[in-house]
Amino acid sequence: MSTGALTRPVSPTRDVLDNGVVVLAHESTATPSVSVNATFYCGSANDPPDLPGVAYLTRRTIDRGTSLRSAADVAETLDDRGVSLRVSASRHTLTIACVCLSEDFGEILSLIADIARRPVFPAEEIDKRRIEAITSLREDQDDPSKVARDLLLATLYGAAHPYGRTVKGTVESLGSITRRDLVEFHARYMVPSALRVAIVGDVAGGAAVTSAARSFDEWRQPASPDEPIAPPVRHDLRSVRTAVMPGKSQADICYGFTTIRRVDPRYYAYWMMNNVLGQFGLGGRLADNIRERQGMAYYAYSSFDATVGEGPLIIRAGVDPANVTRTIGAIDDEVRALGADGPTRREFEDTRDSLIAALPRMLETNESIAEFIQYTEQFGLGLDFDRRLPSCLSAVSMDDVREAAREVLDPLRAAVAVAGPRE
Amino acid sequence: MCPFEAATRSAVRREVLANGLTVLVQEIHTAPLVSVWCWYRVGSGDEPPGLTGVSHWVEHMNFKGTEQISRHQMKGIVEKLGGMWNGYTWIDQTTYLETASSAAVDTLLFLEAQRMSASLFEPDECESERTVVISELQGAENDPDQVLDLEVTATALRVHPYGHPTIGWLHDLQSMTRADLYGHYQRHYMPANATLVIVGDVDTDDVLRRVEKYFGSIPAAEVRRYHRPAEPPQIGERRVVLERGGATAYLELAFPAPAVSESGFVPLLALDAVLSGAKGVSLWNAFRGTPPQRKARLYTALVEDGLATSVSGVLLPTRDPFIYSLSFTAADGVPLEVLEHAALSAIQRVADQGVTEAEAARARRQLRARLVFENDSVTSIAHQLGYFDTVAGPGYLEQLECRIAMVTAEQMGQAARQALGASTRTVGWSTPARRGR
Repeated sequence: MSTGALTRPVSPTRDVLDNGVVVLAHESTATPSVSVNATFYCGSANDPPDLPGVAYLTRRTIDRGTSLRSAADVAETLDDRGVSLRVSASRHTLTIACVCLSEDFGEILSLIADIARRPVFPAEEIDKRRIEAITSLREDQDDPSKVARDLLLATLYGAAHPYGRTVKGTVESLGSITRRDLVEFHARYMVPSALRVAIVGDVAGGAAVTSAARSFDEWRQPASPDEPIAPPVRHDLRSVRTAVMPGKSQADICYGFTTIRRVDPRYYAYWMMNNVLGQFGLGGRLADNIRERQGMAYYAYSSFDATVGEGPLIIRAGVDPANVTRTIGAIDDEVRALGADGPTRREFEDTRDSLIAALPRMLETNESIAEFIQYTEQFGLGLDFDRRLPSCLSAVSMDDVREAAREVLDPLRAAVAVAGPRE
Repeated sequence: MCPFEAATRSAVRREVLANGLTVLVQEIHTAPLVSVWCWYRVGSGDEPPGLTGVSHWVEHMNFKGTEQISRHQMKGIVEKLGGMWNGYTWIDQTTYLETASSAAVDTLLFLEAQRMSASLFEPDECESERTVVISELQGAENDPDQVLDLEVTATALRVHPYGHPTIGWLHDLQSMTRADLYGHYQRHYMPANATLVIVGDVDTDDVLRRVEKYFGSIPAAEVRRYHRPAEPPQIGERRVVLERGGATAYLELAFPAPAVSESGFVPLLALDAVLSGAKGVSLWNAFRGTPPQRKARLYTALVEDGLATSVSGVLLPTRDPFIYSLSFTAADGVPLEVLEHAALSAIQRVADQGVTEAEAARARRQLRARLVFENDSVTSIAHQLGYFDTVAGPGYLEQLECRIAMVTAEQMGQAARQALGASTRTVGWSTPARRGR
């Protein structure tokens, strides 16, 4: 069995600035570039329930002007250095990230800090980004894979739960969000103590921290209380919902369950269970059945997203509309079999060994290391998590994986969503 | 004198085995990983009528078992070693890759040697894969943007086989036989038509001995390429208008583009940076997100003015002349004629007036940065080595940074005048279907 030993472990330094900003720095001289990832612990889960999309519109507008630089100045600083800023919002995070040449690191970090601290949300920029957001949402509404996913999440969590709503909000909510909503969201949630800055690349750890301390110095803003995520209501009955999208060639199936939180001690058993079901060997048991044996789909897999709250396990397949019923039947068979019997000895060992051995590959680029560091920080996994992960996985028994499968995989409790050209 | 020349000369070792297999090895010891890519100089540009999509389907079949690796053994063969594997087919190439622990290099080489010479193409597996490939095609048909691109490409290129989609036309996928697939495999999968690339935590001499062990016994064979008919000059604007579902309208403009080996390629690449932001030259990393483009001409003229919500330009290195395309997503409620007029006006301006020195300098800086960013892993570096060896031939990649550093504003202006003419463009519209018709 491979040990997945890392010849160069990820050993970030962790510094807490006076105002609560955490700086995580890891030096790597593999390429003359630096990955900067500034993540705030807020996202669409913090949207006002009656106004979904605030975090999303914040992310689309935050980098369009600060009290020190106009939108044009920001654009010039980025474009002159070949830097593309990626601002993203998920349910629990809002991230400003980029890769830059080492020689540009100081200027780019200073820009990111400025954007994070001092956005002004100019009204004309909000109007432009609002139109972009609405267009993007309408594109999602024309994409069966996204329609099926949103339908499934709405079914699993309900409209009252933040995981049941889309990150992008609705056309109506995006149309009514005001500048004040964005300013309030920023002031309330994007505060120093909610910010983690990961700096990975060709810059010495000490210099990275010094630059960060300078960039975020004298920024004071009180934290707001945590807003806990309510557990989802457990479904004891199967539900099937469909969205008819005339003119589409292929139907997309989403089939899923709510699961556990990332900090749950059963996490590693669930991870292995999902790997057997729909990941290992280009799609696990699901692809073996639906794609390899029956030739029904180009893609069939499952994903497991344990997060701050009880995230979902989602099975996906895109199939000919004539094969929807047969495919759902095949998913039922695989879910039922793994739920009842658990993995075979060989599946269990292959999955464990592959996940352990995959670790160096997961840390191949500066960007992926920065994301890994952010992930370990968000869930309190420790600075040595890359070295502990093999033992976390090795500690899981076959019975643990069987129990995880038994807890979650039951076709009679599944939520199923289908988006395609006909009922 | 090229300022970057010394820095870009990398320690890539190039060897050619007695059977004609080209091998490129680069040692990089920053992580205990190796990336192995096996490239074949065959893509959808090498398909005769009636066999469109055969290269891609053959690629699928090469994951389904060989004489010494059964289909069952193939499942998870790389994952067990902590690796990832995949393959892709495009107009000039079919390639297979694995990135895994460097201790796994023997398994990866054995797998690729088997693929080159001993894939099975079991009749049942061919049949089962037919519907998988058709499903892949149908999935793409769900995306109006992709459908428009397919139609525009087929309209812009009437004769050259680059005009048909890599996945193939549905009728060909329905009618092709196992004999067609296996015949294509036998015709193109041979050492002299391939480049094997190994990048990562390996010792060059040691890994070359291993390559000889696994590939040296594969017999040499003559490459029998199909003739690729040249595309006749375009003499007038062409148009394609699609009515689709949904609520979003898309515009695509396509112009004839030079092959990578032609002198006009790098100036057009830099011109694209001025128009839509620099993407670099990696197909592998082409989908990582938007380029730096907020000062780009088409972004400021269309997105900042509220006519479009996105603009993207695509110019990729290809063996024969292909197309340079510009795609736009119309902002909610903006008619396509308004968007098209604004886009063509911006394009006409650059053709009439050229680009400024400041724009040229920014384009060069952006492209230089993108070349660094797109070489951020052994996987990405190995891709670029294999891609350019396959499409452009030896030596091109090493010179590319230098060529970019030396491209001038005047050359970019000339590229605009040559490439962006009204009589050689193809205009594509995708509009939401009108209700009640």
